[in-house]
Amino acid sequence: MEFGTSGCLSEDGIHVDMDRLKKGEVNLGTSIMAITFKDGVILGADSRTTTGAYIANRVTDKLTRVHDTIWCCRSGSAADTQAVADIVQYQLGLFHMMNGKPPTTQTAAAIFQEMCYANKDRLSAGLIIAGWDERHGGQVYSIPLGGSLHKQPYAIGGSGSTYIYGYCDANWKEGMEEADAVNFVKESLKEAIKWDGSSGGVIRMVVLTAKGADRHLYLPDTDYKVRHEN
Amino acid sequence: MTSIGTGYDLSNSIFSPDGRNFQVEYAVKAVENGGTSVGIRCKDGVVLAVEKIVTSKLLKPGANKRIATVDRHLGVVCSSLFRFLSLRPSRPLTRPSPSQVYSGMLPDGRHFVDRARDEARSWRDNFKTPITTSDLASRMGNYLQAHTLYQSVRPFGITAIVGGFDAQEELPVDGQVGSGPSCGAGGKNPDKKYGGPFLYMIEPSGLYWGYYGAATGKGRQAAKAELEKLDLTGEGITLEEAVKEAARIIYVAHDDSKDKEFELEMSWISGRDGPTKGLHQEVPKALREEAERLAKKSLDDSDDEEEEKKEGDKMEE
Repeated sequence: MEFGTSGCLSEDGIHVDMDRLKKGEVNLGTSIMAITFKDGVILGADSRTTTGAYIANRVTDKLTRVHDTIWCCRSGSAADTQAVADIVQYQLGLFHMMNGKPPTTQTAAAIFQEMCYANKDRLSAGLIIAGWDERHGGQVYSIPLGGSLHKQPYAIGGSGSTYIYGYCDANWKEGMEEADAVNFVKESLKEAIKWDGSSGGVIRMVVLTAKGADRHLYLPDTDYKVRHEN
Repeated sequence: MTSIGTGYDLSNSIFSPDGRNFQVEYAVKAVENGGTSVGIRCKDGVVLAVEKIVTSKLLKPGANKRIATVDRHLGVVCSSLFRFLSLRPSRPLTRPSPSQVYSGMLPDGRHFVDRARDEARSWRDNFKTPITTSDLASRMGNYLQAHTLYQSVRPFGITAIVGGFDAQEELPVDGQVGSGPSCGAGGKNPDKKYGGPFLYMIEPSGLYWGYYGAATGKGRQAAKAELEKLDLTGEGITLEEAVKEAARIIYVAHDDSKDKEFELEMSWISGRDGPTKGLHQEVPKALREEAERLAKKSLDDSDDEEEEKKEGDKMEE
């Protein structure tokens, strides 16, 4: 195992070491994003999982349910992010039963953040939490490597996101209709997949509204134009 | 074992043959001899008041508070949720006898508050948001209930009235940075209202209910009768009215023949745009004294009325 001596932050004490995978660890090369829109939120992700240059899985599902209408996008170590999401899913399920009311997106974000921060020097997990609840509507929270918590109108993450900051900034509109919002996510991820070597495969989305969770799937075979059955 | 009793009251966790837990019932009895406490849930807040009987002239007036704050919002801008408990001393585990009435279970109350603060703190640690009044009542109810199960403990000698104001506006996650879209979050139900004032009363058995008006202690019967006359369930009364009513009710429920001296302790909590800005606070001295003055006046007036009535009867003869 090759760990740096500086922990999570690099030696200047400011910049986070973005390359913290342990040797042989499966990396979610990844382009992920989540956006708010008129009726709720949409999460989107590519589907490539790599070990070095080898594509370990070309149809990965990086969008993970932690409660009925609270989901997360995972980037970083597949093992770490799955473990964290599993624990949060358990906690939220327990919360729902014990308190007789569903958890809010805030609750989920708070639990995620506490885990990511408390274990920051052992985890490589970059997460985006997005959810809909009756009281707060659609919300997007980003939890990057150090375990900080950012509430955002939309969030992008993973290695592929570096290529689409400009695209997203130029095309982002608040309060979009669902069709426009789906299109924004799709076009952004297409761009990320095009430029990022470690992103690729299919585009997956989850639309979270008062009506519940709705999954979308777009295949490269049809140039991501057709919505396929999951 | 003494000659009296059936032997089923010597321990928790043992039912009598007819299905009762005597220790819990004794705890309730003990509570019934403490000073009167009332809680009023009005439309814009909650008021708590307690009749603090002066047991010694050597006690400092205004000291030894009986209402405690369990949680308060730490942010400067947002309001939120504060809770207060009024505690009533009493004496369980032995059969209550008049001589023991004032020995009191104030320490039980203190422990109750400690535990409530722990619960509020742990909720914040876990969920980064203030605990709601109902969740606190639920957790404290469970805690009291657990003290009716084991031989190693006795039930709490208190009945606690828990009041709080849950945030009506949306609160951020503690420590979060940034905000959502400036047009606001999508998909909300704008008609639905959340939060507001809440009032719960928890008994030694762990039983708790939500109330519009709650009363416990020595003068609870009179206090409940007065509370029922108020319009708490319909339109509701204002916080200022509730302060005055609470003071009056404590004075009405006070029994002059048994206890001469008492102090009135009152606290209140409003929403973010109310007088306490979402904080649980002691009612300001000026307002409390005004409420006490009105309370005394209304007592005098009703005495006069009764006398007039008697005289009137005579006239008719």
